[in-house]
Order: sequence, then structure tokens, then C-alpha cells
Amino acid sequence: MTKKKAEQPTESSQAAVVLEKPESQLKEMWESLSEDKAAITGLVVITFLALLAIFGPLIMPYDPNFSDMTKSFVQPGAEHWFGTDQLGRDIFSRIIAGTRISLTVGLSAVAISLTVGVVLGSIAGYSGGKTDTIIMRFMDMMLAIPSILLAIAFMAALGKGIDKAVIAIGLVSIPEYARIVRGCILSVKENDYVQAARVIGNKNSRIIFKHILPNVLSSIVVRATLGISTAVLDTAALGFLGLGVQPPAAEWGDMLGRARGFIFTAPYTLIFPGIAITLTVLAFNLLGDGLRDALDPKFRKN
Amino acid sequence: MSEVLVEVKNLAKYFNLESDFFGRPTSVLKAVDDVSFSIHKGEAFGLVGESGCGKTTIGKMLVNLYTPTRGEIVFEGTDLTKLSEEKRRGFCKDIQLIFQDPYASLNPRMTVGDIIAEPIKINKLLPSNEIEKRVTYLLNCVGLANHQRNRYPHEFSGGQRQRVGIARALAVQPKLIVCDEPVSALDVSIQAQVLNLLDELKEEFGLTYLFIAHGLNVVKHISDRVGVMYLGKLVEIAPKKELYSNPLHPYTQALLSAIPFIGPTKSKQRIILTGDVPSPINPPEGCRFCSRCFKKTDACDGYIPELREVSPGHFVSCRLYDET
Repeated sequence: MTKKKAEQPTESSQAAVVLEKPESQLKEMWESLSEDKAAITGLVVITFLALLAIFGPLIMPYDPNFSDMTKSFVQPGAEHWFGTDQLGRDIFSRIIAGTRISLTVGLSAVAISLTVGVVLGSIAGYSGGKTDTIIMRFMDMMLAIPSILLAIAFMAALGKGIDKAVIAIGLVSIPEYARIVRGCILSVKENDYVQAARVIGNKNSRIIFKHILPNVLSSIVVRATLGISTAVLDTAALGFLGLGVQPPAAEWGDMLGRARGFIFTAPYTLIFPGIAITLTVLAFNLLGDGLRDALDPKFRKN
Repeated sequence: MSEVLVEVKNLAKYFNLESDFFGRPTSVLKAVDDVSFSIHKGEAFGLVGESGCGKTTIGKMLVNLYTPTRGEIVFEGTDLTKLSEEKRRGFCKDIQLIFQDPYASLNPRMTVGDIIAEPIKINKLLPSNEIEKRVTYLLNCVGLANHQRNRYPHEFSGGQRQRVGIARALAVQPKLIVCDEPVSALDVSIQAQVLNLLDELKEEFGLTYLFIAHGLNVVKHISDRVGVMYLGKLVEIAPKKELYSNPLHPYTQALLSAIPFIGPTKSKQRIILTGDVPSPINPPEGCRFCSRCFKKTDACDGYIPELREVSPGHFVSCRLYDET
């Protein structure tokens, strides 16, 4: 009897748990993500970098642009943690300063190409026919030119400066997103559940946003996280060519490029910016992988 | 017989496979060619035929997934083919579809409860506070438990998923449900359960079915009348009993002879058709079946048979039954 009594509450509470209003998609995603150690590591690093980008100037030991030629190529040590570069600037301070530029460029370039690419790819993939042909042939034309060359061409038209670099890098990677989104939509579009959405009376726009895009989101998210790292590297390349970041502003790729002549004499001038880039790219990739799993109910843990 | 719910007149669907430089079609697939039939309120009309004969295409035209090339679909007096996209969408709540593959027909990112609630929300059939209750009711109707509503489709078995699909179709309280081979993806024990469920729901909600299948035994179980299709054409329509006891068209006879037969009595003569179904891109002139017909005579060449009523309610499209 007592046993029965003891059992009953658990049963009802279990039922209550099951019947509970489902947590919102976001909360479920977060729960799944928080169990993924790699993704959390990535998220922690990204958060750290973001904080560094915001509050960097407060913790910089030196002015990142202050040049003291008497102290060029100082070995890493107590005074200069990461050493100094050929112009005697503190590398640690410059890396912190570079965080802001790299993250801003990465995120905003990806935001541009993602928005335009998803819209164009969705239209092309969903409507098909002539619209598809026109949009995709235009994308092919852009893809036919090497991306860095195209970015240089855009920069030549837009002018110098980091904001122009963002736009150029963003525009250049539109075709990649458009292609990926179109391909995914083509494969998802033929699914019965998309037809089912039509049968129950959905409008085209709702079918795209509610039934198709959520099912291609994972590939887009993964591509976008990789895109951030590509954007960081592209900025570096443009900076190296004197088109992106204008000296003396600190930017990791630019630092790498300028220090490449001292790889044997002062390797630390390359190693630290390199580590910063690698760490950022790795963090975004780890987060991207975790997000892919968290976004798909099938891969969600428990 | 009760009144007609939907009447299909000379319905045709052609797919252009290739076109020349000016966009004129050079190769046309005639999936459905000049098909007419009507479905009465409260009946289950079976549509059988082998793969590629156009039965699913007819179903998809009824639910607005395909636009007919020609012909009319008259639903309760309104010709659906002449309506604007907006108005046509309004009929979605009257005609629903149950899909063949329960694994593909449910959005993997929506919970079962959301899937069933969606048609109600889109068509604005109920105020939002009553949707919850309605979903619970629908889940019970199809034999699922209410606590399963927050699960995702991949957590269900094939039979359960098909029940979700049925609940989604029922959600808008349709008058006609097109069942597109709803059990052919399920294993046999589950097939019977789902068929019985469909039967019960038909009684309970006063539904009308267009039941598409390639298995004659499945159709026999559920239909009142049966139409037999071959290569985009209807070759025979008859009440179920009449069709199974007295098939007239040679193709129907061949189909029926292919049903496996278990019993001590000597088995029926099996009619084995030779050759393959001709391509619907270049169907035979005249009678579509003449290239494989075992009763073909010289007179059949170039003869275009029409669907004619040979006895009350029994239509057949074959030269053998035309008065000449």
C-alpha cells in the first residue's frame, strides 16, 4: 500500500514532465549545445575574443601603434609579453587591438554575403526555371574570377579602407552561399513534407521560411562559421596588398604579412598573430559543428 | 446514389520534357490523358494501376500540387481549375492528401503537435486557444497519445507517422481525402491497422476518399467503386463487387488474375502479359493497351475506344464491348 502511494506521485510527476509545454526551440537548442564540450569551448573562446574586442583598450599595456625603434625585435618577456615587431610596437597590444578589427570584418562580411546569398539562393532554388538560370549564371560569372582578384576589383571601384574591404569581401563570397542554399533547397524542395505544406494551404513565402529554410539551416550555419575565418584571412590578404586595413592600424593578417620576412630571425612576430587567427577560426568551427547538431532535432542529445 | 462531390472531366496533365529554342515542347510526357470520373459523397473511390500509370498525378491535381493541362475538376459545383491561386488555396481545407511515404511527409523540424496544428492555424479555422484541444482530440482519433505531441517525427514508427499524417489531413475537417497509397510503405500487420483506422474515420467524419493504390487487395478492402488506370487512361470503372466478379477489360482481367490465391481448389488461370508498359512519351495510337493485349484483333488497330457504360455503373473502354 505504501509502495503504491510512493509510486503514484512519481507517475503523475512524470506525466507532468512529459505533458509540460515544450520548451521553445531556442531553449532546446541551448540545452543540446551546452552538453557539447567542444562547442562550449568554442563559445567560450569567442566570448573571450568578443570581450577582448570591446574592452581591449582598457587592458592593453602599450599603445598598439606606438613605435619605439630602439626597442624593435625585443624577445617575448616580462616587459613585452609577446615581444615587439620590427618597428618596436608591442605585439601583445597589437593582437588585442586586432581582435576588434578581425571580428568586425569577419562577422559583417559574412552577414552581407549570407543575407544576399540566402535570398538569391532561395529564390533561384525555389522558383527554378528562367529565374534560376539568370541568377545562377550571374553567380557563375562571379565565381569564374578568383575571389581575391574580384575583391581587388571591387576595392578599386569602392576605394581603400576597412569598411570598403568588408563590402568587397562580403560581395565576393555571395555566390558560394547562393550555391549552397540553392542546392540544399533543391534537395529539400522535392520532399513530401514540402508538398504537404502546400496541400494544407501554405503560401510560398511561408513554405520557404517555415518548411524549407529550417531544414537547410545546418549547412548554412556551418558554412557561415567557416566563412568568418575565410573573411578574416581575406582581410589579411587585402591588408597585405595595401587595400584593406591602412597602417598603422593593427590587424592579425596584416601583422603576419609584414612579419613574414623575419620568420627565422624573430619567429614570435609571426607565431602570435598566427595563433590568434588559428584560435579564432578553430573556435568558430567548433561552435559551428555544435550548432549543426543542436539545430537538428535528430542529432540532439537525449 | 448520393450526390456527386467531385467530378473530373477530361482531365489531362502533360509534362514537357524538352523544348526547342523558342520554348515549344518537343517531347511531351502524357501522364494523365483525358480522364473523367466522379466521386459521390461518402464513398471510397479506388484508383488502381501499375507504377507510372498516372494515378498519383490525378491525386496531386486534386490537391493543387499540379496544375492540370486540360480539363475540369468540379468540386461541389465549382471548377477548381479556373480559380485564381488565392481562391484555389481556399479549397485546401476541403480536399486533403495522405501521403504514401510517412517517413518523408512530416517536417523533421516540427513537433507532431505543431504539424497537426499548422493546417488549422493557416486556414484560421479555430481561435488559437482552442487549437490545443483540437490537436488532443485529433491525436486520440488516430490512436496516438496526447503526451506524444511534443515529440519529433523521427521518434515514431512508420505506422505512427502515418497516423500523424492522417491527423494532419483531418485537422481542417476536409470533405474529400486523397489517399495516395497510404499503406504501401508500411508492413502488412500495420497496413491492416491503418486501413481499419481509415475505415473508422470515414464513418465517424462522413469522409469521402479517393483511394489510390497499386495493390488490388488493399483497394478491395476499402473501396466502394474502383477505377482501373493504364498508361494515363481510365480503362474500367465499376462497383467493387462487380469489378472483382466480372472484370470486362482485358487489362483488369490480367490484373485480377495476378492476385495470389490460397486454397485447396485449383487455382485460377493466370494471365501473363508480355512486354513492358509502353513509354507515356510515345503511347500507342488508339487503344493504349493494344500492344500488350491478349484479346487484340486486327480491328483494334487504330481504333480509339471510349469509356462507355455497358451495364449500370460499369464503364469500360474497350472495342470488344462497343457495338459495332
